[in-house]
Amino acid sequence: MRHLLSTRDLSRDAAIHILDVAEDMADTQTREVRKLPTLRGKTVVNLFFEDSTRTRISFEAAAKRLSADVINFSAKGSSVSKGESLKDTAQTLEEMGADAVVIRHGASGAPHTLAASGWIDAGIVNAGDGTHEHPTQALLDAFTIRRCLHGSASRGRALDGVTVAIVGDILHSRVARSNVWLLSALGARTVFVGPPTLVPNHLEGWPAEVSFDLDATLATGPDVVMMLRIQSERMNDAFFPNPREYSRRWGLDDERLARLGPDTIVMHPGPMNRGLEISSRAADSPRSTVREQVANGVSARMAVLYLLLSGERED
Amino acid sequence: MSARVVLQHADISRALTRIAHEILESNRGPDDLVILGIPTRGVVLARRVARLVSEISGTGVPVGSLDVTMYRDDLSRNPTRAPSPTSIPARGLDGATVVLVDDVLYSGRTIRAALDAIGDIGRPRAVRLAALVDRGHRELPIRPDFVGKNLPSSPSERIFVRLEDVDGEESVTIEQGGV
Repeated sequence: MRHLLSTRDLSRDAAIHILDVAEDMADTQTREVRKLPTLRGKTVVNLFFEDSTRTRISFEAAAKRLSADVINFSAKGSSVSKGESLKDTAQTLEEMGADAVVIRHGASGAPHTLAASGWIDAGIVNAGDGTHEHPTQALLDAFTIRRCLHGSASRGRALDGVTVAIVGDILHSRVARSNVWLLSALGARTVFVGPPTLVPNHLEGWPAEVSFDLDATLATGPDVVMMLRIQSERMNDAFFPNPREYSRRWGLDDERLARLGPDTIVMHPGPMNRGLEISSRAADSPRSTVREQVANGVSARMAVLYLLLSGERED
Repeated sequence: MSARVVLQHADISRALTRIAHEILESNRGPDDLVILGIPTRGVVLARRVARLVSEISGTGVPVGSLDVTMYRDDLSRNPTRAPSPTSIPARGLDGATVVLVDDVLYSGRTIRAALDAIGDIGRPRAVRLAALVDRGHRELPIRPDFVGKNLPSSPSERIFVRLEDVDGEESVTIEQGGV
């Protein structure tokens, strides 16, 4: 694997392979010494132009568990705030010997630009670009679903026949976009649920169904209910009347939680707005995988960094 | 390219039986033994050795597999390797006598990686090494404790171990490399 920019170009076999490697990584994290010498001497740069806590520290933990050196670069307090271009930043990192660049950027396509430009030779991992994709989130979500369904017999399996309801702000969600392609590659069915103002108008060509009624979708008994965060930083228009109305119609509240089937799992990519898209009881219930998702995120990112940085370079 | 059969089905079985006896002899019984195979064929051999040791001693001996991919020193010189699962018996490795089992012992680099991997999992009392074939050409100060067959070879030759459970047939052959 040269770069990881999107889940759209992952085949079923490639996706299963990454999830299987993530299983191996997860196994090593139960050992007495959790650090592996695998990427000793490699340098991973976390290049974050947007705020992030869990994704950045998850990548940092993943790189460090594999013994890579980690350089954290956040746009705030850097030359970027003095007006440095992406090109100059990239060339600076190239000269510093970066082997992989994990980039989060507010502009959709920035990681692709970095990978295609020739400014830098490193492997590029998209850690979220604008409203485009967030592939490692989708990988950790698929990994979490697979573990919930198959436990220790997960290796080699896909997600055939699984139905995933992704609920909330589909319009701005890179998590939803990355998930829909990966879930489709793995044989799962995706249903987007949200207010019409927060679901894209044109979904032709997307492997997803659309529902505007959360209660009707929950009544069909989905295997997974994935709640998305209401991104207040992108809510610069009148998408819904007020938070209370959103919560009443589209939030996973206690009453909806009680109606879920016995094996339905509740996911959230975090950070959660408790009381808005998900109630505290739902977030803390035994069927919630929010904490597993964080732990699995490290394993999934270790797998991606391993596949990117070990082995002869294929150009 | 000529292939020569070095060990046949019965030879392999006899070699493993002898190794099982030698393991029990050097350990003075089955106590605290843990047998770990190195994927892929080492795991199959380890299971067979463990079964033989258990039969001979009348005590079940724990067996597992140890993947060393993440500890190799040649990761950036070869295409990306897919790791295999590691499974360590529930008793852990602390205080155990670990017997590593691999099919062919060559440079010793795989065993070096395995020793590092073991160190991250626990602290065995001792680590021993069993190999079905020792073909020489060590690049590190590592030697086996239990050997099925010493097979002096030239680096241009290739040695193939085929086992029933993996390959559907059972033999060790040596082939003149066409390099």
